[in-house]
Amino acid sequence: MDALQTGMRSLPELLNLQQQLKKRREQQQNYLAVCGDTGCTAWGSQNIKGVFQKCLQQKGLDHITGLKFTGCLGLCESGPVVIVFPQGIFYQKVKESDIEEIVEQTLLQGKIVERLLYQDPLSGEKIIYAPEIPFYRKQERILLVNNWEIDPSSIEDYLALGGYSAFGSVLASMDSEYVIGEIKKSRLRGRGGAGFPTWQKWEECSEMAAAQKYIICNADEGDPGAFMDRSLLEGNPHSVLEGLIIGGFAVGATEGIIYVRAEYPTAVQKIRRALIQAHELGLLGENILGSGFSFNVSVSVGAGAFVCGETSALVASVEGRVGEPRQKPPHLAERGYNNCPTVINNVETLANIPSIISKGAEVYRRTGTEKSGGTKIFSLVGKVRNTGLVEVPLGVSLREIIFDIGGGIKGGKAFKAVQTGGPSGGCLPASMLDLPTDFDELKAAGSMMGSGGMIVLDEETCMVDLARYFLKFLNDESCGRCFTCREGLSRMLEMVEAITKGQSSMAEFALLKELAAVVKDSTMCGLGQTGANPVLSTIRYFAEEYRVHIEEGRCPAGVCRDLIQFQINTELCNGCGACRNKCPVEAIEGEAKAPHLIRAALCTKCGICLETCRYNAVIKL
Amino acid sequence: MINFMLNGLDVAVEKGTTLLDAASFYGIEIPTLCHDEGLSPYGACRLCLVEIGEPGRSRLVTSCTYPAEEGLLVRTHSQRVVNTRKVIIELYLATCPSSKVIQDLASRYHVTQVRFQQKHDNCILCGLCIRYCKEQMQGKAIGFVNRGVDRRITTPFDRKSEECRFCGGCMYICPACQARCQGPAEKSAVCNACLNLSPPCLDHFGETMCYLDPCVACEQGRQK
Amino acid sequence: MSGLAGNLRIDRKNFDTRNGESLVALLQQVQEKHNYLPEHVLRELACSRGLSLMEMYSVATFYKSFNLQPRGKHNIVACMGTACHVQGGEKVLEELSRMLGIKPGETSRDGEYSLDHVNCLGACALAPLVVVDGDYHGNMTAARVAALIKEKLREHKGQTAEALNQEIGQKAQSGCCCARLLAGEINSV
Repeated sequence: MDALQTGMRSLPELLNLQQQLKKRREQQQNYLAVCGDTGCTAWGSQNIKGVFQKCLQQKGLDHITGLKFTGCLGLCESGPVVIVFPQGIFYQKVKESDIEEIVEQTLLQGKIVERLLYQDPLSGEKIIYAPEIPFYRKQERILLVNNWEIDPSSIEDYLALGGYSAFGSVLASMDSEYVIGEIKKSRLRGRGGAGFPTWQKWEECSEMAAAQKYIICNADEGDPGAFMDRSLLEGNPHSVLEGLIIGGFAVGATEGIIYVRAEYPTAVQKIRRALIQAHELGLLGENILGSGFSFNVSVSVGAGAFVCGETSALVASVEGRVGEPRQKPPHLAERGYNNCPTVINNVETLANIPSIISKGAEVYRRTGTEKSGGTKIFSLVGKVRNTGLVEVPLGVSLREIIFDIGGGIKGGKAFKAVQTGGPSGGCLPASMLDLPTDFDELKAAGSMMGSGGMIVLDEETCMVDLARYFLKFLNDESCGRCFTCREGLSRMLEMVEAITKGQSSMAEFALLKELAAVVKDSTMCGLGQTGANPVLSTIRYFAEEYRVHIEEGRCPAGVCRDLIQFQINTELCNGCGACRNKCPVEAIEGEAKAPHLIRAALCTKCGICLETCRYNAVIKL
Repeated sequence: MINFMLNGLDVAVEKGTTLLDAASFYGIEIPTLCHDEGLSPYGACRLCLVEIGEPGRSRLVTSCTYPAEEGLLVRTHSQRVVNTRKVIIELYLATCPSSKVIQDLASRYHVTQVRFQQKHDNCILCGLCIRYCKEQMQGKAIGFVNRGVDRRITTPFDRKSEECRFCGGCMYICPACQARCQGPAEKSAVCNACLNLSPPCLDHFGETMCYLDPCVACEQGRQK
Repeated sequence: MSGLAGNLRIDRKNFDTRNGESLVALLQQVQEKHNYLPEHVLRELACSRGLSLMEMYSVATFYKSFNLQPRGKHNIVACMGTACHVQGGEKVLEELSRMLGIKPGETSRDGEYSLDHVNCLGACALAPLVVVDGDYHGNMTAARVAALIKEKLREHKGQTAEALNQEIGQKAQSGCCCARLLAGEINSV
């Protein structure tokens, strides 16, 4: 495997290397996949990996069983997750103290450690193998499947699984027109939010006559509640890179830029490492594999601004200026980065490219809907039982995602709504659960696909409060250039805040709707144009909740602080004093072993007492 | 030359002309607060919005930044534009009522009420002063800082700028502070004193053209 | 594993944008070195590189990750993503703010703690999330975050009871709110 040291100069070398790595991998099928994604790391998976390493060494297994610190394995709820290969035994919530048992029982004796298995909350049945867990069984994992098998810091793993063969075949036998034609046939639409057909973007840019063109990978995943781009970059950076290189080839770009947000330091590190590896192997640089195609990729780290997800603002940010969007036209395909034709694609879009090329568009588009092909990754979070990353074919209904895969609502509460599309999207009520997840359908329903955040809300979520939250978010994140976005959103926030305080009127509510429509119509970029969506969609589906706030001064979900009160049920209170000790503002008084009392004037409604009380004596009115 | 439809008229302008310039050339007034002939277009005040495209699939764009395109359908005073513009002026009044420029706009475009909570800002962040400083005086003494609602105009580190030459251009060009409107009483932000001087013009027209400015002939408009 | 990574000559080159000279990248370097953007450094840079000071100030104030004030030794970040919000993130932040006696975006007067909120850290399965000096703490509630911070305060002040007492005395004089908290804690240490 000299190529690993020297870099490759021709296509046969690439094929040869892939073959060798594949063979080597086939020989070593025993390995442990420890999830190294942010979620599981927070549960302590870094330590677990260390202990495993030590334990394997002690037992002399380190030559037989590999250890991979992988990207997100999907079921974040059950972290830290460990999967034992080749069998695919799924262990959840693994603690350091469990490791010796896993090594002893499973690796040496081939037995299952029962208590670490996933238990189906519906049937109560314990499930041994990962693919059989309902959460995984009902998904169709094309982009994420490799997360189980790849150590993101190793290009060898990616190559062994056929990575870069799509790029190889592009270099061997395709031209720009053919690649764009394939993407067109695949019906791939941009996964960043708006769902613009990818081929159209590429074609526009490839038709531009310019010496210098750029392709930018947009990894500024700013939507709160969405983390699939991070997981792709952290779990399988080479798939994104391969997509970017193929895109660069198709549009005739000489340079690629990966714009990553600063909040994702691990992703930055992983992608940098991937670049170094690809460079060393000769998959990037001048005259790649002797084909005459030259392509370089660099990383640009953002500095914390949601609006930089907007393409023209992103370009401004990469150029080092204030990240303000500009009026289009001229479009980026005409004048983008450094005034050269530029095309910008989302991380997930690019990650789809290699599989389209290697499988062929015809096969690829069998998944998905008539108008948009392929799968979509959703980050299923909020009040849902199985939080984590879900990859399903486009067109699957919301109900299937939330109930079949997500396992329904946490704690047996009732489903209220699902928020999709981040601050640009909207909330869809139970009556819309059978809506297919499709760009156009979601848009018609007043929400949008967005980048794929799916936040499930239960009866304890106040929709007015949620609208307030998004307005606050957008107020912070608007660049402030357009008057209607800056002033309009801040006025809308004021009005919604007044509603949450019970200080509004129906006349003001009507004005809110009018203003929202004006803001939507009159701002320059996507942030402002969609900024009214959270308000408009909650008004559309939950007008009654607004009315109750305004006319009755009540918050049915018990969230809006000015409309709720905490009290102690004297019959249930045994005077244990736990709430009194925990109360941060000393608003609770009472003698020991006698019922306590909350002094409403001092209470800040933080809810700590409610959380503390073990006798359900604290009630929220 | 670029040929396009402006309020139902076939018009032709040179390539690169903005819709605002084209409209002004053909005598149609479009209000702006952040535009000045000698400075680069900025598109921030959103007052110069016009409706482009086929009805049903149309959208609003700022005419000061949008170049005329071959065959484009442009309506400068459609119902949608006029309604949006009125709400925007109302917002301006609610934000910065002491500006005579804004009060005049309110009178001219028949904005007679302010339904939003009253504020008394001195700056509408139109950026004219910054562009004046940069483009006319080749100075960079002032600029925007922060973002969103916290955005404001100031000198570097809020200290006296070494680049400032005291030309006074920033004050000269400011639509908010160049002339204070003496009209509005404390409790109401709308002055509308000027309404008595210039008769209300019609509110909107779809595909027709009106050459009178202000228009006093169109009864239909006056009833609105 | 004898992986490629092992064989690789790790290039020092970071593959940063070719425009490594871009203003944002430059400010990022300054911040990395100084932990914030000191005014005098920016002024020097403006002079030596012929950059506009105004532009620097605009960029530095536009992006959230730049600080024009020194940061505390310990950074506490509360995530305010949607998933965190619907599960009570706001109350967690309020409790943090109350305990440390500083508002989000501020640094305590003794330069020990900085409190911040970010719009999403992309670890939504852990919501509500608090990050203390880079360590993620998931499933927070107002009560749990109080316990967490108390523990951290104690950890950071891992000095003798005497020194701790002294410090609390000083803090109480400077009116810092963590003093009250620590004073309450000292009995149980």
